[in-house]
Amino acid sequence: MSGYGIEDLVYILPIVFLLVWALVLVLVEAFTKRPDVTMLLAAFGLLAAVTLSVIQFGTEATAFKEMLTVDGYAVFVYMLVLASGLLSLGLAYDYNRRMGWARGEYYILMLFSIAGAMLMASAANLIVVFLALELLSIPLYVMAAFVPNDASSEEAGLKYFLLGAFAGGFVLYGVALIYGATGATNLMDVVAAALGTNSPVMLLTGAALILVGLGFKVALVPFHMWTPDVYQGAPTPVTAYMAVVAKAGGFAALFRVFIAAFPSVSADLTPVIATLVVLTLVVGNVAALAQKNIKRMLAYSSISHAGFLMMAFVTYGSALYADAVTSLLFYLLAFTVTSFGSWAVVIALEKAEGKGLDFEDYAGLGKKYPMLSAAMLVFLLSFAGVPPTLGFAGKFFLFRTVLEAGYAWLAIVGVIMSLVSAFYYLRVVRFMYFEQGDPEVRSEPVLNLVTAITVVGTIFLFLFSGPLLAWASEAVLALI
Amino acid sequence: MLESYYPIAILIGITVGLGILVMGLGHWFGPRRPTQRKNAPYESGMMPYGPGTRQMPIRFYLVAVLFILFDVEVIFLFPWAVVYRELGLFGVIEMAIFIFILLVGFIYALKKGAFEWE
Amino acid sequence: MDANLIVFIILAVVAVGSALGMLLNKNAVYSALFLILNFATVAVLYIILGAPFIAMTQVTVYAGAIMVLFLFVIMLLGAEELAGATKIDWQKPAAVVLGVLLLAELIVVIFFRETVFAEFAELTDFGSPAQIGRVLFNEYLLPFEITAFLLLAAMIGAIVIARRVRQSPSKRES
Repeated sequence: MSGYGIEDLVYILPIVFLLVWALVLVLVEAFTKRPDVTMLLAAFGLLAAVTLSVIQFGTEATAFKEMLTVDGYAVFVYMLVLASGLLSLGLAYDYNRRMGWARGEYYILMLFSIAGAMLMASAANLIVVFLALELLSIPLYVMAAFVPNDASSEEAGLKYFLLGAFAGGFVLYGVALIYGATGATNLMDVVAAALGTNSPVMLLTGAALILVGLGFKVALVPFHMWTPDVYQGAPTPVTAYMAVVAKAGGFAALFRVFIAAFPSVSADLTPVIATLVVLTLVVGNVAALAQKNIKRMLAYSSISHAGFLMMAFVTYGSALYADAVTSLLFYLLAFTVTSFGSWAVVIALEKAEGKGLDFEDYAGLGKKYPMLSAAMLVFLLSFAGVPPTLGFAGKFFLFRTVLEAGYAWLAIVGVIMSLVSAFYYLRVVRFMYFEQGDPEVRSEPVLNLVTAITVVGTIFLFLFSGPLLAWASEAVLALI
Repeated sequence: MLESYYPIAILIGITVGLGILVMGLGHWFGPRRPTQRKNAPYESGMMPYGPGTRQMPIRFYLVAVLFILFDVEVIFLFPWAVVYRELGLFGVIEMAIFIFILLVGFIYALKKGAFEWE
Repeated sequence: MDANLIVFIILAVVAVGSALGMLLNKNAVYSALFLILNFATVAVLYIILGAPFIAMTQVTVYAGAIMVLFLFVIMLLGAEELAGATKIDWQKPAAVVLGVLLLAELIVVIFFRETVFAEFAELTDFGSPAQIGRVLFNEYLLPFEITAFLLLAAMIGAIVIARRVRQSPSKRES
């Protein structure tokens, strides 16, 4: 009579496994109080969840009475955030011990937020979107404030929490208005009811509020005010983690919701989205020019990348949206690999109490640590979109889609802003290679491994960007 | 529609009335000859100095937050209790999962000494 | 007069009065107590609207748990007596503008869009705990269980932040 079966659990096995595993880890942490054990078990859980996701690839199903959709798109994002989790564990492992706040809860909270991001990618019901967003965010607030007795970390956590709760309220209010307009929260029912609705204003307002709320999470201008302070104040591995996973989850949900539920109001929303893109690109890149602190610079750079990702959205009401989703996923992949790599280098140079984070601290890196600075060079080039890096492929596919959709002016803005971004990325390169200095770098095996993986990924995956794109587009086919 | 709430309304009325009555009785019939000493917070105790209120330890806050979280848990039990006969075994299982998840949190809080006062 | 209307008028007076009491009181603890009264009144309004479950949640979670938290925070900060709050210049004009906007919206809704209210026919049993239970535990099983994880994550987060290990970086660098 319940209408649920074991297959509901099987379809979303990666998420179920991760959540159950997190529960086990809570108990392990409670009884052993050994951060290393928890960390290793968390890494094992993430690996197992990746395996389960790989098996899941190709599944097309809805689970739990159409609350969740499992398709290639969702599984792609699963793998992306799970891989981000693993990379982030690698960044955090030595760092947390070095800084003296290694606590097992860090990894448990991370597992919860990864599960939240995965649920966002799968959510086929607005209520699940909201709950998944909160499951993603609440651990992040705590992780941002993780440094004990550190005012800037506490400020970051508090700021992120207050504004994030506010943004969550926007999403919830949007969901309520959409329910008021259509009588449904299920995306399929919303789209059906939206076609015959007599109150498009309410629907439009609801959609716009969801855009605002999720736009906050992925740091679109003008909802980005929190980003530099939070990114700077939070422990660096947390910054690296949230820059990627919050974006992946936010964009995954945003795209699915807009394509599945709001094609009827796309004519009204597309100009708004285009405006947001231009604002985000301009403000993110121009503000990044003025930064002297590497964390703040990367924060603004991540805002500008949110703008690039958002570019794919201008096509969401048109027939081209499948290509757009493909290029979005590909760009997300490129951003993930590059971003983790650059943060790994930042962590290698960072010292206690927020030292070692200015551009000046990178002076002379090229001479003293040629390998590390070469890696940083690759990441910065990838960020700027210079071949032969993954970032170039990401931008290339994205601009191509935008051009095909008839937004030539937007693509031009994108190219100009990429050039502006090259300016501030190359400033770091100038410090690394053309300034005199004596930087000190810690050589930590796990951290070096992350750097190596990401640098190889940035170049190697570029060579295989064709098959990768095909894979991403296969992932998207299900969405249509 | 509101008829079924009359008992609650009457109960609230009696409670408020009783409170007023008891305090009123003491006020009306008890002799009151206040002196400055009697009005001090601790009569025949130490002389008070400084403000009467002081900052409380953060522990109270943690207790309050945990209280809210378990309070929200309890809220879900009400509608479940009303319909659990209809839901049958399935309902028992889903609520068991829900409570188990929060029980894990409770065990964690206990082991981490969230309820200890040192 | 309709019994509901009488109840509503009494409640409305109490609700507005307690809201004013909360705003105007200088002592933050009294303000909090007024807020509890206000929450309780609003809970009865929910009952009149046929949403007893929301009413119950209002009393247990808002008037109960959240207000306990409020009182704790007031006492934690020792903020019972506010020493003349700092004035923000744009606050008053902004409040006036927003207040007028809200009033205008209410007038429009009440006097010019009567159809809105026509839809609120007697929805008996719609908001009863039993009906909510039926929907929640059948259709919304997954969100329900996600909520449990949400509460768990919040619990762990609260404990992590409140019970910090008091130690300085073990290997402090120069």
